[in-house]
Amino acid sequence: MKSNQITLTFSSIAENVSIARLLIASIGGQLDLSLNDIEELKVAVSEAVSNAIIHGYKSNPNNIVYLNLEITKDSLVIVVRDEGCGISDVEQAMQPAFSTDPERMGLGFVFMQSFMDELQVDSKLEVGTTVTMKKHLKQTPISSH
Amino acid sequence: MNLEKKIERLTLLLRIDGELDMHTAHTLRQAIDNEIEKRGIRTVILNLQDVQFVDSSGLGVILGRYKKLLPLGGKLKITNVPPHIYKIMELSGLPKIISFYQDEAHAYEEGRGA
Repeated sequence: MKSNQITLTFSSIAENVSIARLLIASIGGQLDLSLNDIEELKVAVSEAVSNAIIHGYKSNPNNIVYLNLEITKDSLVIVVRDEGCGISDVEQAMQPAFSTDPERMGLGFVFMQSFMDELQVDSKLEVGTTVTMKKHLKQTPISSH
Repeated sequence: MNLEKKIERLTLLLRIDGELDMHTAHTLRQAIDNEIEKRGIRTVILNLQDVQFVDSSGLGVILGRYKKLLPLGGKLKITNVPPHIYKIMELSGLPKIISFYQDEAHAYEEGRGA
């Protein structure tokens, strides 16, 4: 597949999480990824976008979430960015079962880590958080038929 | 997300159709909590056959209802989990805590008359 770049900006409302998932699912389809891979990408994007809305913007709907997809020959890079409150201790936030809310499982980063090949979280208090996730794409052999 | 509800004595059966994320989690939480509080429901069976997607927000609501029922002497049971949904649940450790059944009949049977 050719190099491609897509940016989606959307309001920080819960309804938009499924739109972000739809976008990544159709890109996954174009890249000929397996259904299982697509399912995992959907979970990773869902977690990153949910975190931006719930934690970054504290569920305030009047903000913007930025989703950027960059496809190259050998990788798919997904960047989810918010301009929210930021995370004071990124290392602690990424621990399994760390959650600021008892109703939540603290598994967001665990899922992102499990389903992506690389995960990077950059955050600055009162400035925002950027989650960068990378999936290596297998080189598909040239089909003979 | 669509919920089909069936109540029999103190057992609530919910057939969930759709995606379980932060948007729909709230609706599911309220639907279950209302029945626990208003009708004194003590067994909740969730049929996940038609669930297409789940993330940690959805899993959080399921775990939260388990935690709510436990001190009331109640139970949460899960049935008909599609394989791709089960994979996510397994990674979260949920099957170690909550009982899974192949179908509704098995979930109803277990614990009846015990």
